[in-house]
Formats: sequence, structure tokens, C-alpha cells
Amino acid sequence: MAVITYRQALHDTLRSELIRDPNVFLMGEEIGVFEGSYKITAGLLTEFGPERVRDTPIAEEGFVGAAIGAAMLGLRPVVEIMTINFSILAMDQIVNHAAKIHAMFGGQSKVPMVIRTPGGGGQQLAATHSQNIEVWYAHVPGLKVVVPATPADAKGLLAASIRDDDPVMFIENLALYNTKGNVPDGDYVTEIGKAAVTKEGTDITIVSYSRMAAVALDVAKRLQDDEGVSAEVVDLRSLRPLDRATIVNSVKKTGRAVVLEEDWLSYGVGAEIAATIQEGAFDYLDAPVRRVAAAEVPLPYAKPLELAALPDATALVKVIHETLDATRFRR
Amino acid sequence: MPPAQKKSAAPAKKTSAAKASSGFGGESPEQLRAYYREMQLIRRFEERSAEMYQRAKIGGYCHLNLGEEATVVGLMSAMAPRDYLFTTYREHGYAIARGIEPGRVMAELFGRTTGVSKGWGGSMHLFDVEARLLGGYGIVGGQIPPATGAALAIAYRGPGGPDTEVVVCQLGDATTNIGAWHESLNLAAIWKLPIVYVVINNRLGMGTPVEKAAGEPDLYKRGCAYRIPGVRVDGNDPIACRDAMKEALRLAREERQPSILEAVSWRLRGHSVVDPAKYRSKEEVQRLHDLDPLTAYRKRLIDTGAADAAQLAAIDDEVEAQVSAVVEFADNSPHPTPDQLFAHAYATPVANAPRELPGDPLLRA
Ligand SMILES: Cc1ncc(C[n+]2csc(CCOP(=O)(O)OP(=O)(O)O)c2C)c(N)n1
Ligand SMILES: [Mg+2]
Repeated sequence: MAVITYRQALHDTLRSELIRDPNVFLMGEEIGVFEGSYKITAGLLTEFGPERVRDTPIAEEGFVGAAIGAAMLGLRPVVEIMTINFSILAMDQIVNHAAKIHAMFGGQSKVPMVIRTPGGGGQQLAATHSQNIEVWYAHVPGLKVVVPATPADAKGLLAASIRDDDPVMFIENLALYNTKGNVPDGDYVTEIGKAAVTKEGTDITIVSYSRMAAVALDVAKRLQDDEGVSAEVVDLRSLRPLDRATIVNSVKKTGRAVVLEEDWLSYGVGAEIAATIQEGAFDYLDAPVRRVAAAEVPLPYAKPLELAALPDATALVKVIHETLDATRFRR
Repeated sequence: MPPAQKKSAAPAKKTSAAKASSGFGGESPEQLRAYYREMQLIRRFEERSAEMYQRAKIGGYCHLNLGEEATVVGLMSAMAPRDYLFTTYREHGYAIARGIEPGRVMAELFGRTTGVSKGWGGSMHLFDVEARLLGGYGIVGGQIPPATGAALAIAYRGPGGPDTEVVVCQLGDATTNIGAWHESLNLAAIWKLPIVYVVINNRLGMGTPVEKAAGEPDLYKRGCAYRIPGVRVDGNDPIACRDAMKEALRLAREERQPSILEAVSWRLRGHSVVDPAKYRSKEEVQRLHDLDPLTAYRKRLIDTGAADAAQLAAIDDEVEAQVSAVVEFADNSPHPTPDQLFAHAYATPVANAPRELPGDPLLRA
């Protein structure tokens, strides 16, 4: 066990997977000589050479599609798309091709590829560079969508994604790269499709993922220490498949639930979680399921506006209080 | 390895409009008759497909290779079994000429379990690992980046040479205007990929003439911006198609030089079986009838003495019987059952994979 950053965990996992399997190779814009926009691939070109750490032109549709074809022939490409915003240019290849090829051709071809890409707002990158559109991919059968929140999950889920025979959208978050955490040494693989209860509790369930799961955990710890509120935190880790049972079992215990998500409210991840809870734990609910999500505007550049638009700990605490108060919970 | 440094500084000097080979040269009559048989098989297969569509045995979209038989047979006869093929949705003939049992192709059109894609793909999505047909694709241009990536996988595994594999990526004339092709041409050029982009110029998108859709309607020239050479060939001449394809394959295989091969022909019917092609005049339809590649090839065989009318009639009868058997096979094949619905959800099983049918509860007890 060592304490390292989320960035380091990603880097180390890419490196060890490149060593482990000669069919694994990386491709993306500026991942080689420039070492990646967020330096996840630093040093890998020098170590593995330009065939395995392949710089691509700025052609998201072209190189994502090329990764699909390479995967169909048995290679295991790990594609970096600079940010999730640019994945929109590759949407046809991801949704119409990567997600379809296995089923549509009667199971004859696998597409063992990973698309790594960071989402997230809060960096003053303005409307086109700050989006959380993971739910677009989570909507699509045929894809797997993972959203690690911690360095340990970054490692375990990346290893699992690379070894998986299906196309995996591996969604990182710009604001998580410098966060630190305990990461197990050696070969460490985390099963895709399972949520984690990162803090147990009895009074209220907070469901979250990616950067917001870290915020949720902080808030839950604070509520415990300051107010004696026992919040349970469910970190989804995987949006497709979605571990509905873990969510529902938690709410059956606590009777209350709040979703914290960085994407936009309407039709967002929280909507699916709320639907799951009302179907799976209706009789256990003491209060309506609330969602804390981003304001539904193209994210503004100016800091005060950006801060106002994004969900945060303050908003989460407020909604938790409102939910507890609505059920006359004493704190 | 033959030196692949074919001087990338030089512009696409190979770009040229090649003449169709006129005579039959040293071709063996057996071979020439075999091409005829294959063309006739595709012709009758497609005509019967249209008929089966009218009888609602086939659903969805259904695009035929009518008018492209010479192109298909010529191109496919040049490919080695180890080569890979990616195509558009207009691919029945390619599947057959690639050696796939026509019954399995028709069964896919019928949506049966014996179909090449087990009934999951239909007319537009034929796939067969054994034949290295890595898919017909229904999204215009969708096949091009994956085909380019398949060529990347070949390059990743080793240098070029006479025994190596090549990817053939077929696309339509109207598809040359899509961005994915241009991104792919650029990748193929900078990475020196073993791929041949075959443009089937049947002069029309759905109804839009190539001149109205393409800024440079000489489609073989469209690799110029990437220094990718191109050749135009008469798509009604199977021998010319075969020979041009052989050279394009050699370039890709031995020199890792991607290229464009444009085959020009005429789509004899509508865009798909439900298109009455009202945008064509009576005169145009008559002219197309006169340009029918099968009629022309048949005449050529007889004129050159490569076959006589009796031989060709015998072939026709044989093909007729075969296609009837093909339809019968498809029609007698089982439909897939709903318990198969999640059979290909994921290649690697995964926790909590959804298996609910409409109306099922979300949470399993
Ligand atoms: C991305 C996309 N846009 C539009 C269509 C509808 N469409 C199907 S075929 C076609 C025309 C393509 O013509 P061409 O490339 O010349 O091929 P051909 O059908 O003549 O073989 C169009 C517009 C589609 N399938 N995919
Ligand atoms: Mg066309």
C-alpha cells in the first residue's frame, strides 16, 4: 500500500499493463512527445516507443474508429481523448460502432478497447470544455462506463477495463488528478459493475460517483463528527452496468437518499438512481429522493458564475438537512 | 522487407485513369466462365432478394449489388483469403464472392439463426470471421475508421511483405464526402498502412449524382491531399477490376502504400428495393439496360469464343437451381427465440448487467 495521486495511479497502471501484454498499446493526441495534456502518459513514449505510445492527429472520429478496428483484430488499444468534450466528435464510432459490433454481428467479434477521458467542470474552462456527459454513454447498451473516484479505483478499474473484452468508457475527472489516496501494490483489479459503500451509516444514503463521490465522503465524515448524523455513502464506480442492489439495500437501511452528481439535473444520472430507489425501496422511504446536480446552463467562465452553477458540499449539506428536517430527524 | 520509403515527398504520381483491358489476353476460358457464373449467381441472388422482400420474407433496408456484379467479382477474385474486407450495407455480393455459403447470406436477410450474423445484423450487417468479412456497416462511412484500424493492427504486428495481410475498405461514391474518410486517409498515409480504399462509383448517392455531391468528382484523385495515389477502372469489366485490385493490393502488401481504387459502374435499380428511382428518366433506364455488365460480359465471352451460348445457358440453369436452394434453406431455417436476447450483451460477463424485458421489475428478488 502506498499513498499516490490519481494521476500516478493511472500512469503506473498503463505502464504495468503495457509491460504485461504486448497487445496493449496507447493512442491519442499529444500522448507521446508532449506526454499527455494531463501528463498521464509521461515517460511512456521513451520506455515503449512510438508503436505502442502512438501520437495521433486531431481526428477523434478517425482514431477512435481505428482503435475499434485494431481491437477487432485482437489488439487492446487504450485511447486517450483529451477531454470528454471532444469525445462528441467520435460519437458515431463509439455509439454506432464500438457499442454495436459484438452484438450486431452475432457475437463473432470482440472490441476490447478502453477510451480514457476526463470530464468535469470547475477549472474555468467555460462551456465547451467543462462538461459531464458520461450519462450519454451510460445510456448505451454494449458499452461499459466506469467512473473511478479514488486513486485505488483508478488503478483497479483501469486494469479491469484494459483486460475486459468489451469497449469501456473510462471516465476520469480533471479535478481528481492531483488527489491522493492509498493504493494497493502489485497486480490489483477491481470488478466492473459493482458500487462501493465508502462509509457506512444509518440515517441517510448519499449516492454519488467520480469527483462528487469524494465530496460526498467528506461531507458524510463532517456530518458524523459535527452533528452526529450517520450518513452512508455509495460510490457507484460503474454507471453501466449500474449496481442497483447496493443502492437499494442502503436506502432500505437509512430510509432517506440524496444523489450528488456533477452532470446536469434533467435526465441525469440522479434521475436513474431516484427511479431505482422508488421502485426498489418505496416502502422504506421516509422522504422524497433529492438530487444535487449542476445548474442547467452552459457552464460559464467567470468564477462566481461557475461556482454558482456547480454542485458542491454546501449544496449537499443543505439538501441533506432539508431531507432530515422533512422527516423530523433530530440532530 | 521491400523499402516502404517510396519517397513521401513526391505527390501522388500514381493517380491516373487506367484504361479497361479490352481483350481477354491469356485468360483461361474456364476462369472466364467461372467469373460469369459468379456474376450470374450474384445477379440472381439479388433479384430473388428483391422478390423475397416483396413477399415480406426480408425486412428493414435492403440494398442490392445489381449493376455492380462485374466489380464485385473482379475485386474479390484478386483478394487473398487472409485479407480482410470491410464494406458498406450494399454487400450481399461481396459476401458471396468472398466464399461465404450464399444460403447463410440469404438466411441473414431472412433474420434466421443460420444467418452469417445469426439474425442480429440483417441485410446491412453481414459478418463472417472465417471469410474475414469484418462487416457490412449501415452507417455511411462507419466502416472506414475501423478498417483503417484493422490495417494498423497488421502494421503493428510486423513489416510488409508478399505473405502479409491487407485490409480492403469498400465505400460508395457519396461516402467520399464524409469526414471519417478524410481522417482515415490521413491516418493511413502518415502510418503507412496496408489498406486499399475501394470506391464504388455508381454515380449516385441515394438519388444525388456524384457531380452534385463531390467538389472533385474524379474520386480516384481525392487522396491527393494525403499523397495517396488513386486509379480509376471500368467497373463493368471484371478483368480490369481484378488487375487493378491486384496492383493496389501489392502496393499495400509489399510497400505499405495505401491507395484508392475507383470502380465506375451503374446502379441498375433504386437505391434500395423500396426505391422506385423516379428521378430517372425512361431514356436513362433504357441506357442503363444497355450498359448491363452481365449482358456485356456474356457477349464478350461469346464473341471471343471463351464460351458458347449452350455453356452459358447451362451455367444459368445451375445458378437458378442453386439460388432456389438458397432461398429454401433460408426459409426453412429457425427464427431466433427471445431467450437469446442477451446472448451477446457483453463479451466479458459483468456484474449487474441488465437483463430486464420491458415491464420486468428493476430489482431481481
Ligand atoms: C451517416 C449516415 N447518413 C445518411 C445515411 C443514409 N444513407 C444511406 S445510403 C446513403 C447514400 C450513400 O451513397 P453511396 O456512398 O454512393 O453508396 P451507394 O448506396 O451508392 O452504394 C445515404 C445518404 C446513412 N446511412 N448514414
Ligand atoms: Mg453511390
